[in-house]
Amino acid sequence: MQRFPCPFCGPRDEREFHFAGEAGKIRPTPSAAQSDTDWATYLYEAQNPRGPSREIWVHTPCQEYFIMTRDTVSMEVLGTEQLRKETL
Amino acid sequence: MKRVEGLGLIDRRTPLNFSFDGKPYQGFAGDTLASALLANGQRIMGRSFKYHRPRSVWGAWFDDPNAIFDIELNGFHEPNCPAATTYLEEGMQARAVNATPNAHSDIKGLLDKFNRFMPAGFYYKTFMWPNWHLFEGFIRNMAGLGRVENVAKSGYISEQHHATCDVLVIGGGAAGLAAARVAAESGRSVILADDHREFGGGLFRQGGLVEGQTPVDWVTEQLSAVTAAGGLVMPLTTAIGVYDHNLVGLVEAHAFGQAPSLHRIRAEQIIMATGAIDRPVTFANNDRPGIIAVDGALEFLARYGVLVGKNIAILSNNSLATPAAEILRTAGAKVRLLDASTGPFTAHGGKSLNAISQGTERIPCDTILASGGLVPLVHLWRHAGGKLSWRADIAAFVPAKGPVGMQAIGAANGTFDLDVSLSEARGENLPKSTYTLRPIQPDLTAKGRQWIDFQHDVTLKDIELAARENYTSVEHLKRYTTLGMASDQGKTSNMAGLAAMATLQGKSIPETGTTTFRPPFVPVPFEVYRGARRGQYFNPLKRLVLEPELRAAGAAMAEYGGSLRPAWFGSGPHEITREAIMARRAAAIFDASTLGKIEVIGPDAAAFLNFIYYNTMATLKPGFIRYGFMLTERGAVYDDGVVARMGENRFIISCSSSHVDGVVARLEAWRQDGNNPDRVFIHDTTPNWPTVTVTGPKAREILESLDLQIDLAPEAFKHMTWREGRFEGAVARVSRVSFSGDTSFEISVPVATATALWQAALAAGKPLGAGPAGVEALSILRAEKGYLIIGKDTDGDTMPHDLGFSIPRQKKTADFVGDRSLHTENANRADRKQLVGLMAPPGAAALPTGAHLVEVTLGKRRSIGYVTSSYHSPTLGHPIALALIEGGAARMGEDLTVWHMGKQSAAQVTSPCFYDPEGAALHA
Repeated sequence: MQRFPCPFCGPRDEREFHFAGEAGKIRPTPSAAQSDTDWATYLYEAQNPRGPSREIWVHTPCQEYFIMTRDTVSMEVLGTEQLRKETL
Repeated sequence: MKRVEGLGLIDRRTPLNFSFDGKPYQGFAGDTLASALLANGQRIMGRSFKYHRPRSVWGAWFDDPNAIFDIELNGFHEPNCPAATTYLEEGMQARAVNATPNAHSDIKGLLDKFNRFMPAGFYYKTFMWPNWHLFEGFIRNMAGLGRVENVAKSGYISEQHHATCDVLVIGGGAAGLAAARVAAESGRSVILADDHREFGGGLFRQGGLVEGQTPVDWVTEQLSAVTAAGGLVMPLTTAIGVYDHNLVGLVEAHAFGQAPSLHRIRAEQIIMATGAIDRPVTFANNDRPGIIAVDGALEFLARYGVLVGKNIAILSNNSLATPAAEILRTAGAKVRLLDASTGPFTAHGGKSLNAISQGTERIPCDTILASGGLVPLVHLWRHAGGKLSWRADIAAFVPAKGPVGMQAIGAANGTFDLDVSLSEARGENLPKSTYTLRPIQPDLTAKGRQWIDFQHDVTLKDIELAARENYTSVEHLKRYTTLGMASDQGKTSNMAGLAAMATLQGKSIPETGTTTFRPPFVPVPFEVYRGARRGQYFNPLKRLVLEPELRAAGAAMAEYGGSLRPAWFGSGPHEITREAIMARRAAAIFDASTLGKIEVIGPDAAAFLNFIYYNTMATLKPGFIRYGFMLTERGAVYDDGVVARMGENRFIISCSSSHVDGVVARLEAWRQDGNNPDRVFIHDTTPNWPTVTVTGPKAREILESLDLQIDLAPEAFKHMTWREGRFEGAVARVSRVSFSGDTSFEISVPVATATALWQAALAAGKPLGAGPAGVEALSILRAEKGYLIIGKDTDGDTMPHDLGFSIPRQKKTADFVGDRSLHTENANRADRKQLVGLMAPPGAAALPTGAHLVEVTLGKRRSIGYVTSSYHSPTLGHPIALALIEGGAARMGEDLTVWHMGKQSAAQVTSPCFYDPEGAALHA
């Protein structure tokens, strides 16, 4: 059982989190203009790196999505950051 | 075998009666079943798994693979209890597993004579040749050990505890006790766990004094110091696994019949002081009863006062043999020392030992104690991802580069001398080690069978066969021969097996490598993993506000998509038909509270919903309702439901009952991904607004008597619009939407008003012939109308145009979730499965749900689709069905073959809408 630090709620058991995808994958727009290949890349291709990996996770009790960098080999959590942009 | 006066930790004033294989025996409090049987002269405690060879204990604790019992006490039965780790209790009735009628005379013992026909891989080979079914009955009859009962044990619940600490010390031997004391006295929070009742580990069997004290006094002093410094000591507690981020699972044993507790302890630092066990020596007949580990015999003597033999031969390759011989002689045995590194030895005897021979020399003995050197217990280290390194001087793997926050000390770290262990545990300078060992390897040329894995009957010959058939990788070797796959998971056999494979290949043991160590370290009941996570605690049902009212009205409650809802009202399933007819002739009153009521609020709400939905939602006007699909990014239909616009910046999504949590989650995901989360908000109000639905030709009359302060006239309150009214002073949201095909009103009110609304609706309906109806009747009504249920009438590949909704796909210009996926080669295929209706021939029964529609080409059947919903329609008087069929829309009127469980029937493709296709009833 891993322990992840939610940037809003602090350290919690991994059971409270869901993986939501690799960070940095942007939905291509306008989607209608995408080629089959580009769309398939967006849907299905993942880097799945060995070692440090930047990922989007959601802490289900607080419902906030955030970026977590963790090592997929050692399982060490290297850091988390808010996904939400600062808005004024 | 006998008890030695003055030795052992047992309580000789408390005798305990028990039986084994039907015979009565007596032991003492503090005995294990194994020690009590040995004290009674009962050596044979079981039969091996494959050949049913008679076996006795090899080890005195978890390193014994042989003695496994089914135990009954006070009506409680537990299978597969290791005799060496089960403490004796008054009245226990034990039976050896895998033995008929008993361990002493097992009728399957004959199988041993046929061993040449059951070599390694025998079982796998039957899959290939000649035919598995020839062997199946025989193999299934052989499989398994203890007797499992089919009834759940009531009250057998594993308590689950969670804790944290600075330092968790696993193993309460000399090193563990010393390390725990140092840590506790330095002010850190300490938990010290040991799997025995008494702390002390190997101290008792080593004999002599510890730092000038008897072992018992020294252990007592260390424990007092640990607890005085605030530490927690946990006896009878075995660490079964180390998991990510320093989480350790520990199982605490209780009295027989009570489920063990699970402790999940998150420690800043884990100190592994788990000790070491003897490696068996590989020689001919080395599985015979009376061949015991040197350490095992010393444990039996020191903890239980049992001397395992009178005339003992010690077959050892290391320096611990001499002190062991001394201890056994002092206890009254005759002992002869043999050097295991001088090879090849043969044990003689059957159920009892006569002698051990080397070449022509024959040495009479009744017991052989064997040790091929100490093997550190590094299991937990490997669970945590720690590396191992090979130490040639002790011929063993020891912990190397460790996981963060984990440390190994004492025998688990290859430190076998007491003084060195204590210094290591205290972080002091290390004295010189005195442990020495002469390396041994199995003799491949020796005659007779040499056992590697005692429980699974893997011999040296089996390993040779595996090597010959090229299963040389240790992981392949393990699976091919089942070496190390018994309930002890290779604790005892692993090193002997690696040594055998290394010798066969002319490699060293480190070149051969180890297999993976996996939790749990000892067998534990499944219950430990389940704990309280059962039934309602595992997956709590959602309960309706109106449940007491529904039950009072005679509801038969059942689970639908995680909610407890009425299936029907009345005495049995025949009520379903009555309710469906009532709904069509008068009106039915449903509890529809589980339908989603998810508010989407904010200046970006309209654009957000337009993106979320397949259908255009931006143009929906306040007061109106629109039906729509949510798709996945892969274009598959995820949910269908209606959206009501409450105002410029406020919408309510009414999604399927079972999808509420999922829809909220995906709305939240898209809100925070690519949208401005400060301009659109998601708020699930489903539990706040119970809903009563009234549907049928008399629905409007019922609503009129509810005095909702809304103009209910058809032209004033049209289908797919909503109005806000009042009911008994509270807000009542009334939507004209329908899942039955008749005029329907969904009335949602605050929780406090729901009961009054339900009662008022029933009272108003009764004189009109209307009454409550359950989910089953509604399922029929919606199928008659061709209304679909996502996940029942669709599958993971169904796209909206497969359901006849293709306009947004063609016309909608704004981006929406899944849009691009609707225009791929796959989405354009002509043979996509499309939703259609099916009619069975007149007089035929309803088609079975799940039946396949088949196409026969050259005698071969191919499925072209399947029945998704099927009912007898009481309204129409004949069966109806919905189906997903390849190119279904183009098959209208076609006659198809239905195939189900080997039976064939006929059906004709129709429109999925069987009831009121023009919609006159819907808009009335």
